[in-house]
This record gives sequence, C-alpha cells and structure tokens, in this order.
Amino acid sequence: MSRSTKALAAVAALTLALAGCANNDDGGSDNDNSSTPELEVQTSIDAPDDAVSPAGDGKAECPATTTLAYIGAETGPNAQLGINILNGIQLAVNEHNEANANCQVKLRKFDTEGDPNKATGPVTQATNDENIIGVIGLPFSGESKATGNIFEQAGLVHITPSATNPLLTTNGWTTFFRGLGNDNVQGPAVPVLAEKLDADKVYVVQDDSDYGIGLATSTTEALGDRLAGSDKVTTGQKDFSATISKILSAKPDAVFYSGYYAEGAPFNQQLVSKGYEGIFIGPDGVKDDQFIQQAGDASGNAYFTCPCVPGELITSFADAYKKVSNGAAPGTYSVEGYDAATVLLAGIDAGNQDRAKLKEWVKSYDAQGLGKALKWDETGELSELPVYGYKVQDGKIVSVGVIE
Amino acid sequence: MNQWITFDWEALGANFWSATVDGLTFGGIYALVALGYTLVYGVLNLINFAHSEVFIVGAYAIVFTLTSLGFGPSVPNLAWYAIAANLLLAVIFGMLAAAITAFIVERVAYKPLRAKGAPRLVFLISAIGMSFVIQYLIFVWRGPNPEPSVIMFKNEAIFDIGGTLIYFDSILIVTAAILMMVVVDQFIRRTKLGRGIRAVAQDPDTATLMGVNRERIIISTFVIGGLLAGVAALFYVMKVPSGVLYMGGFLLGIKAFTAAVLGGIGNVRGALLGGLLLGLIGNYGQILLGSAQWTDVVCFVVLIIVLMVRPEGILGSNLGKVRA
Amino acid sequence: MSTGTPMGGASESQARADELVDEITKPSRLRGLSDWWNHLPRVGQWGFLLIAVAAAFALPLVNIPLVTTEPGNNWPLACAEMARYALVAIGLNVVVGQAGLLDLGYVGFFAVGAYVAALWTSPDSTMVHIPYLLTLPLAAMVTVVFGVLLGIPTLRLRGDYLAIVTLGFGEIIRLLATIIPALKGQVGFQQIGRPPGENADGNPVFANSEGAPWYWLTITVIIVVMIALGNLERSRVGRNWIALREDEDAAEIMGVPTFRYKLWAFGIGAALGGSAGAIAAGQIGFVNNQRFDVQMSIMFLVAVVLGGQGNKFGAIIGGALVAYIPLRFTAIAEYKYLIFGAVLVVLMIFRPQGLFGKRPHLLTFERRAHKRIANLADAPTSAPAAKEAGQ
Repeated sequence: MSRSTKALAAVAALTLALAGCANNDDGGSDNDNSSTPELEVQTSIDAPDDAVSPAGDGKAECPATTTLAYIGAETGPNAQLGINILNGIQLAVNEHNEANANCQVKLRKFDTEGDPNKATGPVTQATNDENIIGVIGLPFSGESKATGNIFEQAGLVHITPSATNPLLTTNGWTTFFRGLGNDNVQGPAVPVLAEKLDADKVYVVQDDSDYGIGLATSTTEALGDRLAGSDKVTTGQKDFSATISKILSAKPDAVFYSGYYAEGAPFNQQLVSKGYEGIFIGPDGVKDDQFIQQAGDASGNAYFTCPCVPGELITSFADAYKKVSNGAAPGTYSVEGYDAATVLLAGIDAGNQDRAKLKEWVKSYDAQGLGKALKWDETGELSELPVYGYKVQDGKIVSVGVIE
Repeated sequence: MNQWITFDWEALGANFWSATVDGLTFGGIYALVALGYTLVYGVLNLINFAHSEVFIVGAYAIVFTLTSLGFGPSVPNLAWYAIAANLLLAVIFGMLAAAITAFIVERVAYKPLRAKGAPRLVFLISAIGMSFVIQYLIFVWRGPNPEPSVIMFKNEAIFDIGGTLIYFDSILIVTAAILMMVVVDQFIRRTKLGRGIRAVAQDPDTATLMGVNRERIIISTFVIGGLLAGVAALFYVMKVPSGVLYMGGFLLGIKAFTAAVLGGIGNVRGALLGGLLLGLIGNYGQILLGSAQWTDVVCFVVLIIVLMVRPEGILGSNLGKVRA
Repeated sequence: MSTGTPMGGASESQARADELVDEITKPSRLRGLSDWWNHLPRVGQWGFLLIAVAAAFALPLVNIPLVTTEPGNNWPLACAEMARYALVAIGLNVVVGQAGLLDLGYVGFFAVGAYVAALWTSPDSTMVHIPYLLTLPLAAMVTVVFGVLLGIPTLRLRGDYLAIVTLGFGEIIRLLATIIPALKGQVGFQQIGRPPGENADGNPVFANSEGAPWYWLTITVIIVVMIALGNLERSRVGRNWIALREDEDAAEIMGVPTFRYKLWAFGIGAALGGSAGAIAAGQIGFVNNQRFDVQMSIMFLVAVVLGGQGNKFGAIIGGALVAYIPLRFTAIAEYKYLIFGAVLVVLMIFRPQGLFGKRPHLLTFERRAHKRIANLADAPTSAPAAKEAGQ
C-alpha cells in the first residue's frame, strides 16, 4: 500500500473507533414536554338532532340513470385523504339507496391521483356523461383550481369536502361550493392553538403546493411578529437538513408545516432526530394516521388544526362508516364527504334531477349537516366555520375540541 | 424579490460548516455508488444506466431486513454492538440483492447484445429500458410511496466545532467511503481478478489473447459493482431514511455518475474525490440558491462543464494503468 | 473506435455485414409491402396519402368500436394526445433516428415550448400577452435557442456522454420549473390561451375538453412538417445525416462537417418538440412542473424506437401507439412504464430497427435506379449484373 493510503486508512479507523466509543453512552434524553400545557381530549360529539339524513323519507323517486360522481384521489402519494372522503360519500349513498327503493342513485368514481395535471381528463369524462348531475370533489386545492372552468362550462355543480385554498371562490364560479372552512379561517387558528400550548415563537415551513402556499400565507399574516422565521420545501423532497439547520438556529417554540403528510412525516422525524424538542403543528393535509406511521415516535410532539369534524367521535356515524371502510375508523373529512353527498341526495329526492335544478338546490340550501350547519353564500362559502384542534396521544390522533 | 434566481450568500456564510459536513456526507454516498459506475465503465466503456436501480434494490433489501429485525421509525432500544450486528446482517442482504440484480441486468440486457455485436446506441437504449423495468417492477409491487423510515441508531453529535455539530452518521459515511476506496483500489491492484479487470479495460482483444476470460471478467465487474452498491445503499438508508422508493436511485445515480466523471471515469480514487467534491458543491449550491432541488441542477451543470473542459476528469481516467 | 460496440470493432463490422446480407437474401414480411409502395408511381403514392389524410381528419368523429378508447377515456381527447405524441416522435426521430444522437432529455424541449405558451398567454404570468397561435412559432424559436445552447458544448461528446448530458438537461428544465419562482412550480399557470373561434353556444371552439379541433390543428402541423422533413431528407442535409449516423469517423474523414449537421438536427428536433409542447399547453390549459419528467422522455424514445429510427412514418405510428395503448387499455395503464421499458429491452435484443426500420437505401433518384436494376435483373444475361446489384 502506498504510504498516503495507509495513513488515510489509519485515520479512518481511529476516527471510527473514537466515534464508536463516544456513541456508547446511550440514554435517550426524555422528551421534556412537561412545560407544554395539556389540552383536554374530546371524547364524544352528539349528532345534532335535526341533521338531515341521506335516507330522507324513503319515498323518493328518480330515474334509474341518476348518477352522482366522486372525482379525486384514489391512488397516489396522498391518497388516504381522498379515500376517507370517498368512504363517507359511499356511506351516504348506501343509506339513501337502502331507504329509497324507487330511487337508486349510482355513484361513479374518477381517480385523479390528487394531481392537477391528471384531473382534467377525468373531469372532462364526467362532464360529458349526461347522467351525472352532481359531483363531490375535487378534494385538493390544486386540482380544484385546474378544473373549475370545466365544471362551470358544463353547469355541473360540485361540492368540495376538503379543498381549502381561499382563492377558489374568487373566480366567479356558480357551480363551486365549499363544504368546510377555507384557509383564511384555518390560518388564524394556528396562532391561537400555539398560544394555548404556550408556544410563543412559531417557525413556518411551507411546501410548494397551492394548498401549502395559501395556508402558509394566511398563517404568517395571523402570526404577525410571533413569526420566528420561514422556509420553503418542495413536494417529493426527502432530506430536509438545510431547513432543519435554519430552524435549530432560530430556536422556535413551535414549527408549523404547511403541506401534506407525505413530506410532513419525514420532516418531523428528521427534525426530532436532530434534537428539536418543541411542538410540531400540522394542518389538515398532515392530519392522518399515515403521519404517525411514517414519523414513528417523533410524532409524539404533534398537534393539528383542521376545519374537519372528528367523525370518529360521533358514534352512530363511526359505526356505520366502519362497515363501508372495511373496519377503518372515519378519517379526516369523512364527515364532510358524507354531508356533501347528503346535500346532493336530498336535492335529488326533492325532485331536482337535472344539473340546472340541482345547482339551484345547493345554492339555496339551508339545513343542518352531521358536522355543521350548511348554508352557502353567493361565492360558495359556508357561514358556519369551526376549526378543530387535534393532538397525538398514545399513537393516535384525538380531538381537543374547537379552537375558539 | 427577484423572481428568477436569487443568491443567498448570507445563508451560505451562516451555515457554511454544517453545509460542509452535510456535503461531505452525501459526497461519501455518491462516491460509493460512483465506484460501481466507474468500474463498469472502465471495463466495458458503457454507462450502466441500470446501476441506480441495482442500488435501490439493495436499499429495499436493507429496509426489509431491518424491518423484519424489528427496526422502525423510532430509535431502537439496543446496545451499540447489537445494532452493529443487525446492520451487518442487513448490509449483507443488501449486497446480495444488489449483486444478483446486477447479474440479471447483465445477462438479460447486455449479453445478448454483445453477442450480436450491436452498436453502442442499442446498448444504451437497452440499459435505459432495464432501468425502467426495474423501477416500475418496484412501483407495481410497493406503490408510489416511500417505505416507512427505518431509524438505525440514535444519531448523536460527536464533535462540536465552533457551533457546528458533527453527527455520528457523517463520520461513519465518510470513513466508509474512504475505506471502500482503499479496499477496491487494493483489489484492483493486487488480486488476479483485479489484474484481469485492468487488462480487459486496457485492451480487450489482447487480454483475450493473453488468456483472460473476458466473459468472466465482465460478469465479475458487474457483480462487484452490485456489491459496492449494496454497501452504498446501507449508508443511503442511514442518511435519508425516507428516501427508499422506486425512483430513489435515479437522481442519485446521475449524481454518482457525475462524480465518477468529475474524478476521472475508470479511476477508483477519482470516484472518491469526485464524490466528495460533488457532494460539497451540490450542498453549497443548495444553500446558496435557496432550494433543495438546486443540488441536482448544480450537479448537472458540473457534469456539462467537466465534459466540456476536461472530460478525462480531475485525476484522469485510467483503470488500465498500473500506477494511479 | 467511436461508434463501435463497447467491445471489439472487428466483430461488430462482421455482424453488420452479415445483417445486410441477411436483409437482402431473406426479405422480411414487410418487404413486400414496401416494394409495392416503392413501385407505385408518384401520383399513386400521393393518392393514397390523400386518402390517408382524409381518414386521419375524420378519426375523432368516428367512434370505431373496439378501437375507440371510450368509455374509459374521451376519444377526441385521446386522438389529440396521439397526434401530439406523433409530432414529438417525428421531432425526436430527427435527432435520434436521422442523426443518431441519443437524446434522453427531449422532454426538456417539450417543457420549454409549453412554458413559452404559458408565460405569454396565461393571465397568471406577468409577461406581455400575445395571441395563442403566435406562441407556436415563438415556442419553436425559443426552443431552438435552447437546443443550440445545449448542443454547442455537448454535441462533440461521444454517444453515452451525450445521452447522460441530455438526460441532465431534461431534468434541469424540470427542476428549474420547480425552483424558479417566476415559473411558479407546482402551482403552475392556468387558463393558457387558445386559438380564436367560438361556437354557437358561446363556448370556445378550442375548449380544453374538445379534443377534435386540437387534433386537427396538430395534424395540420404534422403534415406541413412531414413535407418539409421529407424534402430535407432527400437533400444534402439528409444524406449527411445518414453518413454521420452510420459511422461518424468515416464521415469526418470524407469531409462531412459533422458538428454542424448534428447541431442542425438538434435544433430542428428542438423546434418540433417545442411546438408540440405549446400545443399541449393550449389543449390542457394548465402548465406546471409535474408533467415534464424523465419518464416522458423515455416514452418519447420508445415511440421513435418502436416505430423505427429514421423513418418518419414509423415515428408517427410509434408515437400514436405509445399514446394510444394506455388510453385504450386502462386496466394496464398503471403498468405502462413497466411495459414500455420491457418493450425497449426486447426490441433492442430482437429487432433494433423497430417496426418500420429502414434499411439503408438510395435517397435521390431511387425510383429510377430501382427500375433500372429491376429491368436488368429480369433480363436473361444479367447474372453478373444481378450479383452486383444484390451485394
């Protein structure tokens, strides 16, 4: 061996030995969260008595070709969010069809993978099918934005159970209705939650999706001078070392990740492994069991905001849902999907069996849904907009009630 | 704000040393993968596009092994020698899986073409086809999402140099890269198989005349490349635990190839130098320009510049030469 | 040793000579068809082509059972996509098939064209707005500039290096689209412009969900391009391309300015890719960074390789097939990359010249030469002449 090679090898071996010894004193430092206030866990929610049921009065009649459609992610990196909604819709349709023998509404599904590029095709397919008179979708903000015009041109009403970008209702679309609070409502809820947890300085990390950018803007504004710093990441990114270094030097009390769980989970996990001991807050796009699975023990520091009702706490809904979902508990936006489908089904039962009439029906709708009161203004936004808080406890996501 | 390209010198200055450490760490991984590219190129004069998939198959094998041994997204509660033993087992499986994949690629995609004397273009297209086939076999089997992360050990900060923490995994990876380079270098120079590889790289026809079995050498080169990729995969899973997905090898493979070219294609020491250097450049670029994806752009630009200005690389390409 | 196999120049030449002999002594099944075609008088060829063109124009209006992609995918939209792929394949064929340059980053040109259309017509962009149809030539010009910029430093490189550099270029374009804020990453550009025209009911003729008008636009562009390329192929440029594809070193020695012609091919290929990108942007109406990935480059490559390198008609068919199969067989659509990857490997091993690969043939005065040789071959005393002609 040449001398330089020998020297290199010796140095390498020595360093390794030293490092190995250094690593020998183990001892995971306990996660010292004793300073964070405990938020009380919500245990159940009563279903409102006057909630409209998809079964209706059982006497509805409609042509056999009546079809509703779900257009959204069934596969793809964030598919779980779509599947949760689809199951809620399927439950509503099943309840309706069981009760109404003379009105069997079909449900067609179109998969967009949550990708705005792939959404145009399925939406065009759906609008070209004359039998489809109402759509529940699209779940993601980016794809909703990309396809809104097609719905508008076809006069086909669509209620989104989860797309939260506020700009969606500023396009003058008469066919677009949003079944939940948008990010102008969710953004300000983040500082409120942080305050409840005694987190003064918040660091905001946003991804590059429509949803992530919109929500981060809204949150940053609401934080004002409590903002400790901000940084950007991109979807598909795997290693967040650069951002994490910046966070660790800014030393915030809480980190808010504005994006989806596919990146949020590894991000949180890397954050914790580099020694971060504060709180992690994620929005509805991160709130999913997948987050806990992928982030592992690190997810113990996580809290979530979500304009979604914790469906798993409404016992009647949860039990019925499990039959449709092969035993899985209701997930994020399952209730919203269910409510949106109920609105359309109620419209069909009331005799609105073409696109124009169903659109009018939704416009003038004013009744109680399972999750919240449903009444839309001229732009398609709801009036009642609760934002719930959630936290991770014992490896599960539990609700801590509405964030006031 | 400038809407096109911004240079954030401040961030680079503030994070310079941690960027250096991270850059060297990634560079170590590039170097390990680059060794595989450089060997095959030296012998066959062919870019093995499927090498990145050989690498990711190794990574999958490692993840599966560790998962079945009980590792997961949480820090394992084991003593360091138990972890080391588990990792050793995992890397053995990784190397095996990668080597077998490399063997299959060679037999299926390259050998029939060699027998027919096909032109280079055809080899390249076939290589890309194989790369795709493997990627999408994995995709069909495991879906588009990365495997759940596997944490190997609690990553302690070992040294603290003026505010910059140097973590254990960085030290481990860079050390491993250096060691592997030494091992491969010695192998090429001292062993009979290594001499055969050098002979075929230098002049295949004469080598055959001198009694070297060309087919055996070629297969051996591929298999060795696969073994090295398996080792690289271990460190990849260590550093980027959420990066084991069907296309995880692709960009890394291109960067590794760039590293090999930068250092000198066919030159084993060049692979190490090129890898570390590229890791540094890429990481600085990322911090300077603001987004993680700039690493990839910077690496490609480096590739183009190197090929234009000094295609034989920094140390010169010379698998055949006796003296490095 | 430049274009030789990675191992051994002598055996490779022998293999090629064997292949040529095989082709002449054992005609393939398609040979009869191509012979018939070549013997048809010019007028006859044009006649057939006109009928083919008419059929092509009528295609989206007819829902041919079994062939149609309905009910899974809208048929006119599928036709539009097939036509786009065909245009791209023609462009890539100029680079890969004619000039023999393996370009793995062709999607980069496609992306540049799409972004040009987006930046100059979308309300989301801050640039000045121009009518959509003007963006087609603009896209072609901008892409040519990119192509030349990329080509100048890299076209002197050898085959595999060029391949990986072009791969890098394709990725750079995609990454730049992600990280440069002005290109709006994943959010992208909405409401890309369209050619003018309105229907009776107020909806635009070239709506995003109407496949047929876009298809006709693309077909028209394809026809114009084919005529232009055909002339180019029969000219000195085409002959030089063939020379440099077959054996670059020999071509250099014979005085062919290889670098210049490679640049030509690259530029033309780029222009076609850019135009196809602009058309795609208009039809889909939305451009972001998610669709210009390396998988698409490989799909384009499969189209050219499948159809037959060097054969523009083959490229059209290859492109149409690559687009058609996942749309028609939606059950296997998620396996499409796997299938096409395997197709590449299998093709390279068993039929590297693709479905309609052209064997080398005379480009100018071919028919007259054919006729003379055919006459000679029929004459009884032509044994030695026939041997010469057949070799």
